[in-house]
Formats: sequence, C-alpha cells, structure tokens
Amino acid sequence: MNILVCIKQVPATSKVEVDPDTGLLKRDGADSKMNPYDLYALETAIRLRDKEGGKVTVLSMGPLQAESIIREAFAMGADAGALLSDRRFGGADVLATAYAISQGIKHLGEFDLILCGKQTTDGDTAQVGPEISEYLEIPSVADVTKINEVTKENMTVEMELPEALEVVKVDFPCLLTVEKDIYQPRLPSYVLKKAAKGREIPIYTLDDMDDQDEDHYGLTGSPTQVKKIFPPKTNTDHFTFEGNDEKQADQLCDKLAELKFI
Amino acid sequence: LINEKKVKPLDKTEWQGVAVYVDQVDGKIHPVTYELIGKAQELAGKINQPVYVLLMGYNVDEAAKELQHYGVDKIFVYDDEKLARFSIEPYTAVFERFIKQNKPCSILVGATTVGRQLAPRVAARMRTGLTADTTILDMDAETTDLSQIRPAFGGNIMAHIVTPNNRPQMATVRYKVMDPAPRQDEVSGEIVHKKINAKKLVSHAEILDIVPKEPEQSIESADVLIVAGRGIKKQSELAQLEALAYLLGGQVACTRPIVEQGWMDVKTQVGLSGRTVRPKLIICVGVSGAIQFVAGMDHADTIVAINSDPKAPIFKNAHYCLTGDLYEILPRLIQDIKAQRGHKNELQGVH
Ligand SMILES: Cc1cc2nc3c(=O)[nH]c(=O)nc-3n(C[C@H](O)[C@H](O)[C@H](O)COP(=O)(O)OP(=O)(O)OC[C@H]3O[C@@H](n4cnc5c(N)ncnc54)[C@H](O)[C@@H]3O)c2cc1C
Ligand SMILES: Cc1cc2nc3c(=O)[nH]c(=O)nc-3n(C[C@H](O)[C@H](O)[C@H](O)COP(=O)(O)OP(=O)(O)OC[C@H]3O[C@@H](n4cnc5c(N)ncnc54)[C@H](O)[C@@H]3O)c2cc1C
Repeated sequence: MNILVCIKQVPATSKVEVDPDTGLLKRDGADSKMNPYDLYALETAIRLRDKEGGKVTVLSMGPLQAESIIREAFAMGADAGALLSDRRFGGADVLATAYAISQGIKHLGEFDLILCGKQTTDGDTAQVGPEISEYLEIPSVADVTKINEVTKENMTVEMELPEALEVVKVDFPCLLTVEKDIYQPRLPSYVLKKAAKGREIPIYTLDDMDDQDEDHYGLTGSPTQVKKIFPPKTNTDHFTFEGNDEKQADQLCDKLAELKFI
Repeated sequence: LINEKKVKPLDKTEWQGVAVYVDQVDGKIHPVTYELIGKAQELAGKINQPVYVLLMGYNVDEAAKELQHYGVDKIFVYDDEKLARFSIEPYTAVFERFIKQNKPCSILVGATTVGRQLAPRVAARMRTGLTADTTILDMDAETTDLSQIRPAFGGNIMAHIVTPNNRPQMATVRYKVMDPAPRQDEVSGEIVHKKINAKKLVSHAEILDIVPKEPEQSIESADVLIVAGRGIKKQSELAQLEALAYLLGGQVACTRPIVEQGWMDVKTQVGLSGRTVRPKLIICVGVSGAIQFVAGMDHADTIVAINSDPKAPIFKNAHYCLTGDLYEILPRLIQDIKAQRGHKNELQGVH
C-alpha cells in the first residue's frame, strides 16, 4: 500500500497574540512543531503499512525550516518525505494550499491512500483535505474514527455523524482525514532519528510542478483575503444577579435563553 | 480546470441571491439550517436579492414543504434515491449544478460533519474561497462582498476575511451562532423540482451501515456541564442537577469531595486531579471554587455559580453569580426553563 501523509508545521503554542500596533501576529520565539492532529494521520499510515506492507511518504508545504517535521516523521517511522517550498507558494489560503499540495502529490507519484489530519491548530479550517481530494478527483471521507477492513481495492472506515456512525466502503485511491484518537501516536524512536540524521530531503518548487502558472499559487491564487486580525473580545462580563432566590433564577433563565442555551 | 487561460474579469451583477444548504438526514432538517436562513434573509435584504435554499436527498417532499414556512424565495429540490445518504461525490455534483444554474452571490453551509466536508469540496470545484466557522457575517451593500469574521488558533485570535474577486463566496457557520428565522403559519416560497443526470451521481464510496451512536458520556466532550459541589447534602439530591442537565442538553460533573463520598464516578471529576473541561456553559452548584477545581474549568465560555456564601472564591471566576440557596434556586430555574421551552415550541413548531 502506497500511502502519503500531509503534515504541516504550526506554532508550538496556540496562545498567539496580535500586535496592537501592526495588527500582525506576534510569533515570539518562532518555536514550531508538527500539527498535533497530523500525528494521528501519521500513526494511522504507519500501522497500515506495518500490516498491509508498502510505503509511507510524508509531504509538507512551508518554509525551509519545515524540514524538521519531516525528520520527526522519519523518527516515527515514515519511509520517505518531501517538502514543497517556494516563496511563490507563500500566503496561500485553503484553495491555493490544496492546489499546490495536489500538484506536489502528482509530482511524487501515485498513491493508494492520502491521509490528512482533522484540522490544524493555527489556520484551523479543516478544509485542506477535502479540497486536495477534489483536485485529485478522488473520493474522500472526513472525520474517520476507525478503520475496519482493508482489501486490495478498497477500505471500510467509520465516519462520525452527529447522531450516528456511518460505515463507508471507499475505493482506492482515496483521501481520508482522521479524527484525533483513531490511534495513539507513538513517540519518535531514537534509533530511527539517528538513522535519518544526515538524510537528504527533496525540496520541490513551482518549477517542478505540472502547472507552472504562478497565478494559481500563493497569495495571487487565493480567493480569500485576510483583511484584519484582532484579539477576541475577552469575556469581562461579570454579573451578580440581585433579588431573592427566585428572582435570581428567573434572571439566569432569561440569560440562558439569550445565550441560546435554551 | 484551473489551467484555463486568464478568465474574463468577474461581473458581480451576474451573481444574484443568497443560498443556504439544507442539512438534513432522512428528511430531518438540522436546526442550523433555520439559523442560516435567518442570516441569509438579513444579508439578502441589504442587497435586495432573493434567498434560495438547496435541498438534496431522497423522499424529501415533507422537508421541502416545511421549508416553505420560513419565508425563503425559492426551494430547489433534488430528490433521488442516490442522494438518500450523504456521499461526497454525488452531493458535490448536485451542488455544482445548482451553483452553475442559479449563480448565487453567496452560499452559507452549516458547519456540521457533512457541511464541513461538502463545502470545501464544492469550493474547490468552483475555484472559489470558503471561510470556515464564521461567527459574524455582514454584507457590503455596494460591492456585494461578504464580510466574514472567524476565530482561528483555537479561538485565540479573530480574522476578518473577504472574497472580493470570486463568486460564489462561501462560508460555513456553526450551529447556535446565528438567530433562527421564525416559523410562520403561512406558506411562501416556490418549490422548484430539479433533475440531475444519473451519470453525475456516481460514487466511489458505498455506505454500508448507519449505526446510531451511544450518547456521548465523557464530560470533556459535553457542551454544557452542571457541576455538583459539597453544597449538595444528599446523593439523592443529584437528581435535580440531572434534570437541569437534561433540559440543557448537558451532563453532570462534580468536585472531588463528591467523588470521595462515592456519589459519582471519578471520571466525572473536574479539576487538577480530575479532568480539564472547556464547555460552552458550566453551572457550578454549591462549589466553593478551590484553585485545584478552577484549574480544570476556567476556560469555559460561560461560567455560572450558585452559592450561598457571597465570599465564595468561585464568584471571582464566574460570569453570572447567584448568591442564594441552591435548594430554592434549582427548582425555580428548572420550572422557568420548562416554561421557556414550551413557549418556544409554540412559536417554532416542534421538530
Ligand atoms: C487567522 C487565519 C484565518 C484563516 N482563515 C481562512 C479561511 O477561512 N479560509 C481559507 O481559505 N483560508 C484561511 N486561512 C489560511 C489557511 O489557514 C492557510 O491557507 C493554510 O495553508 C491551510 O489551512 P489550515 O491551516 O486551516 O489547514 P486545515 O485545513 O485545518 O488542515 C487540515 C489538514 O491538511 C493538511 N495540511 C494543511 N496545510 C498543510 C501544509 N501546508 N502542508 C501539508 N499538509 C497540510 C494537514 O494534514 C492538516 O491536518 C486563514 C489563516 C489564518 C492565519
Ligand atoms: C493536590 C490536590 C488536588 C486536588 N484536586 C482537585 C480536583 O481535581 N477537583 C476538585 O474539585 N478538588 C480538588 N482538590 C480539592 C479542593 O482543594 C477542594 O477541597 C474541593 O474542590 C472543594 O470541593 P467543593 O467546592 O465541592 O466543596 P467545599 O469547598 O466544601 O464547598 C462547598 C460550597 O457549597 C456552598 N454551599 C453549601 N450549602 C449550600 C446551599 N444550600 N446552597 C448554595 N451553596 C451552598 C458553600 O458555601 C461552599 O462554598 C484537590 C486538592 C489537592 C490538595
């Protein structure tokens, strides 16, 4: 089974702040890590490979320093990895990100299965996976909680719906986004980490892509524009209800209705 | 495909109408749909455009008729056996056809499990922008550009997003963020039945089974928590908290002394040596608010405290403070909520 896992580098903390003067994100001490949700996708891939045979490749799009998460993936057991890095990919929204990644996947070869995390902890849209599958014209299933069966032609998985689990048999090639907790991600292995130390990681740019029209990538290829970033209104609400017990209960009920809990 | 040569500049006047995707399973309409219709009416009103809803499924006549009570202009219905269950490829094909035939300027989709995978697939097919989990939506009357505000970084920042050069502009919205359109007695809106070529409804994913889920038990996943503290004097009195939790669609959790007394399971303990929770609403009943407890819940969106001691530390953390006897407050609150519910059901019709 030839499996590709999409992994993204994200800031190590989600406690970001907005600089009130510039309106930009303060990314103090550019500490970053692999998107935690992608660990579940990677773990899923490694287990499938160990059981069914085949190969796990990881792919990330980002600045050169994103190489470090590819090494981290090697230390967990990935067989191969590549980085898409080009200034012309920068500033991409979901559409342009998914397009660049789908072009990168086509460049890497053919895969039976593509795995993505459920979402990231920074952009936090959960849209990249489904959009990649559209560009690759393959079926997709999101929020997979369990893999029941794998055959040569297809796999049977469980998808979470609000009030039910849908059991879906999906043909290869396909794309899945996996839920947190599908499997517990393993810790990186020291031995694998050492083995991968000097290993070269291929870096691909726009010049390696099938479609080399710059307008389809990065900021220019992005239909959405972030106009402004600002801190959320902190909840400084602090009401002490007045009156006897019953009056206070009445006020609370009105408040709960106003907040749509009733 | 995107490889086409430079497209001609966008003529925004060709794109008219605010459309809502109807989230339904077996003809049962998800209530987020009515909230989106409410919002769509407001947005469309600002630019004098119609409101459309897109309903796809199998045997959805009743659902279509129900939608006529919400004051939309047109209800586009795609009724086909192949659409009986959500499956990404056929649903995307129908959505694409709807967009190409009707050219809505904006599309709102509920951020449900289905909406969150369908909307991006459709956005990619239309090569347009999609804003995830918007909490505030407005319409620029001049440009017909949607102004979309959404949280990112786990709610730590907000982003204001626009899609100025593409149509349709798409957004997903979570349940319980917008106000629902009220249900009216009179019927309005034209039901437009549409057909789609069976060849377009091919799917490479087959739905084998639908298994109803057991109700979610972990307190970490609950949107609403009612916490029992030592102010509760007898185990049997937990029943009142259960009743309140039931009415608010939540679960009962507790402080450590309640676990130590053997009244509740350790899995329901909130705090440093228990679970960390981040519900939308937490109501602490007879809880003093010790630091070890607060550490496990102070990120809840809305914190309510009911305590007889005005000096109880929990009041420092609470957004809404009720100083009084829980044995007086709880029964009254339960009675009030039941009354509210009844009133709302009368207005909305029961679904
Ligand atoms: C505050 C803020 C708000 C934003 N809001 C929007 C918005 O509403 N709409 C929009 O179109 N864009 C938005 N963006 C831009 C968007 O976050 C980025 O385009 C990003 O590249 C992809 O989105 P994501 O982080 O949400 O990924 P998600 O869709 O949450 O990621 C899902 C999975 O896709 C894979 N993946 C995602 N990115 C990569 C990558 N670079 N390399 C490899 N695999 C990857 C991973 O497996 C990941 O688990 C926003 C950005 C910011 C900073
Ligand atoms: C290392 C360590 C770890 C700990 N971890 C946890 C933890 O994970 N979770 C946890 O909960 N605790 C934990 N504790 C214990 C914690 O310090 C407190 O003792 C505990 O949280 C108190 O629980 P309580 O608020 O229910 O009880 P109390 O502190 O006894 O408070 C009861 C409250 O009920 C009010 N009350 C009484 N009667 C009524 C009435 N009729 N109407 C309204 N209000 C009334 C009282 O005014 C009082 O404020 C830990 C302690 C240590 C040392």
